[in-house]
Amino acid sequence: MSVFEYAPAPESRSIVDIAPSYGLFIDGEFVDGTGESFTTVNPATEEVLTEVSSAGDADVDRAVRAARRAFERTWGPMRPADRGKYLFRIARLLQERAREFAVLESLDNGKPIRESRDVDVPLAAAHFFYHAGWADKLEHAGLGPAPRPLGVAGQVIPWNFPLLMLAWKVAPALATGNTVVLKPAETTPLTALLFAEVCRQADLPPGVVNIVTGAGDTGRAVVEHGDVDKVAFTGSTEVGRSIARAVAGTQKRLSLELGGKAANIVFDDAPIDQAVEGIVQGIFFNQGHVCCAGSRLLVQESIHDEVIASLQRRISTLRVGDPLDKNTDIGAINSAEQLARIRELSDIGEAEGAQRWQPACELPDRGYWFPPTVFTDVSPAHRIARDEVFGPVLSVLTFRTPDEAVAKANNSTYGLSAGIWSEKGSRILKIADQLRAGVVWANTFNKFDPTSPFGGYKQSGYGREGGRHGLAAYLTGDDSK
Amino acid sequence: MIGHDRLAVRKTYKLYVNGAFPRSESGRTYEVTDAKGHFQGNVAWASRKDARDAVVAARGAFAKWSGATAYNRGQVLYRVAEVMEGRHAQFCEEVATAEGLSTSKARAAVDAAIDRWVWYAGWTDKLAAVLGSANPVAGPYFDFSLPEPSGVVAVLAPQQSSLLGLVSVLAPVLATGNTAVVVTSRERPIPAVTLAEVLATSDVPGGVVNLLTGDAEELGPWLAEHADVDGIDLTGAPAGRAMEFEREAAGTIKRVIRPPATEPDWTADPGLSRMTPFLETKTVWHPMGV
Repeated sequence: MSVFEYAPAPESRSIVDIAPSYGLFIDGEFVDGTGESFTTVNPATEEVLTEVSSAGDADVDRAVRAARRAFERTWGPMRPADRGKYLFRIARLLQERAREFAVLESLDNGKPIRESRDVDVPLAAAHFFYHAGWADKLEHAGLGPAPRPLGVAGQVIPWNFPLLMLAWKVAPALATGNTVVLKPAETTPLTALLFAEVCRQADLPPGVVNIVTGAGDTGRAVVEHGDVDKVAFTGSTEVGRSIARAVAGTQKRLSLELGGKAANIVFDDAPIDQAVEGIVQGIFFNQGHVCCAGSRLLVQESIHDEVIASLQRRISTLRVGDPLDKNTDIGAINSAEQLARIRELSDIGEAEGAQRWQPACELPDRGYWFPPTVFTDVSPAHRIARDEVFGPVLSVLTFRTPDEAVAKANNSTYGLSAGIWSEKGSRILKIADQLRAGVVWANTFNKFDPTSPFGGYKQSGYGREGGRHGLAAYLTGDDSK
Repeated sequence: MIGHDRLAVRKTYKLYVNGAFPRSESGRTYEVTDAKGHFQGNVAWASRKDARDAVVAARGAFAKWSGATAYNRGQVLYRVAEVMEGRHAQFCEEVATAEGLSTSKARAAVDAAIDRWVWYAGWTDKLAAVLGSANPVAGPYFDFSLPEPSGVVAVLAPQQSSLLGLVSVLAPVLATGNTAVVVTSRERPIPAVTLAEVLATSDVPGGVVNLLTGDAEELGPWLAEHADVDGIDLTGAPAGRAMEFEREAAGTIKRVIRPPATEPDWTADPGLSRMTPFLETKTVWHPMGV
């Protein structure tokens, strides 16, 4: 359909140097884990990238002890301004090595280089830069006159934004004087291990950041370790529940950033072209592997046909393929397991009576791929309107009145994010007020900023990341809870 | 209070649900005595069904209460303190009887309870300024964050401090715009019943507060696992059961206040620590442009 075809424009992968195997990063050193090693693959090609150590209970224990020592001897007693300087160093190192991180992220995760280069890595650096400045200003944060760090933070992060989620966890923890044991996701450990190298280049004292790779058992060991003071988790609501159960009855503080099923509400006075771009950005950004993805499109009935026609035209121009190609819009699904879940829920969508639409789109032979998908005739009771698909699958529902839009938007056990499209400022603010969601984007979607608190209502979790509010999750003292 | 030769008219102690005073649907009551073991009354013994009804009432009242202006909520809560003041003598007698306190200690507890209520009433229209923020994002957006109530909060009230403790856990839930289902002290429920009468005559809309006399040990698990309860304060959970209740609460990712090892000194300044657990932060990205 294009007049001119795109020529391939691949980013060179020569900037990254992937070792044949990786150990754990404990107490400033790379060490072998006692668990069975696992491989990580490029989801776009199924090529094995490298072998990674798995941390067993004993390794996690060593990491926690290293973090405790660092908390008591170096990082805790350190002048806050110096802690800040280390974080500024890390921010700068991330910027200096930005392209390397971006390419590695796209290789390991499958996301388009355009996104890893323009979103993940710059935002990760921004998070460190922002939090660096807080380190010596915490008593002015409105969290009590003398807020104190909690101690050792055990952090478990997902595979959808591997480096960015690391930054969201590590930067506030370190800025507030805590030390960390971080477990990256099993399918995307590589940028976290490259980050360990950045910690070394920054001369960060040993034990302040420890990275233990592995699967669910490693995560469980981190969460359940008796000497961890704080648990921070981003991932599925199901795992979030089990973590909340595991910390019940302890003194551990917990913050959870879990699933979502965001409503993206388009009113009849919205600028349609802009809204269509926003709908696409809301659900197809990062292959829809986004907890706050705008996966439920609520469109006012009077403009439904126009919006769907325009949306289908736009989706037909999306380029699905090589994540390293700079023209790629949609990359690979992160894993075979996730692909199976997306397929299953899409099939259920069809079986329950919704209409599936997918553009004519060639998918590569190898790797994990799913085309951008739109379901119309979706009822609020359908699984694809209730369950988090975590893939490039949009469910379209309609409404007639603002009250109906709000009622349908809030009809979810989740409450992470929502979108509103309207030219009328007063309407935006009124609807935003009525939505039970932690982040509301108006005439935009999937925007993030280190100054802006992010987190959910209801079963999307609790605690905030970013901004002044995010600090509270890592501090204690009067009123800081 | 009682006339010389006059036979007193005794009160039937009932639940307070959705602005009304029903008996327990189960028909159950239990005997309440004073600190010395003298009979005080047969108090309604709330059942699991009563707890569910109370949650329905609290959910129904949430939109109006959370949607009221902060000024209005502040005035309503202040009015509660005004009406409590009018019942000062009754509260003193009941607290002294329930807790076995001297007259002066009971008076101090009642004074502190009323003052605590006034303190929280004054918070309603300050929370957004203290806990909100304008966020300087790198883009053309007015980005702001505001505190909002979590929703329906279940409160297991302290077992020892029958009025000051109760007020100290209930008022912060209301000041933040949440609605409440409270299980009162099992052994010392009578001041709570009187507080219910105060609430019923203080412009607090029906359903905003629901007070269940009964056993936290029995009702705790149901409230902890109830899918329409957003948060739970376990302060009055019986010893040894709090961990189990917190586990139940994890099933729906409830916001939880864990119980302290021993009942705290309720006269201490509470700070924000009982309000922030039941507040969400909403961040709005509003576009800027011409």
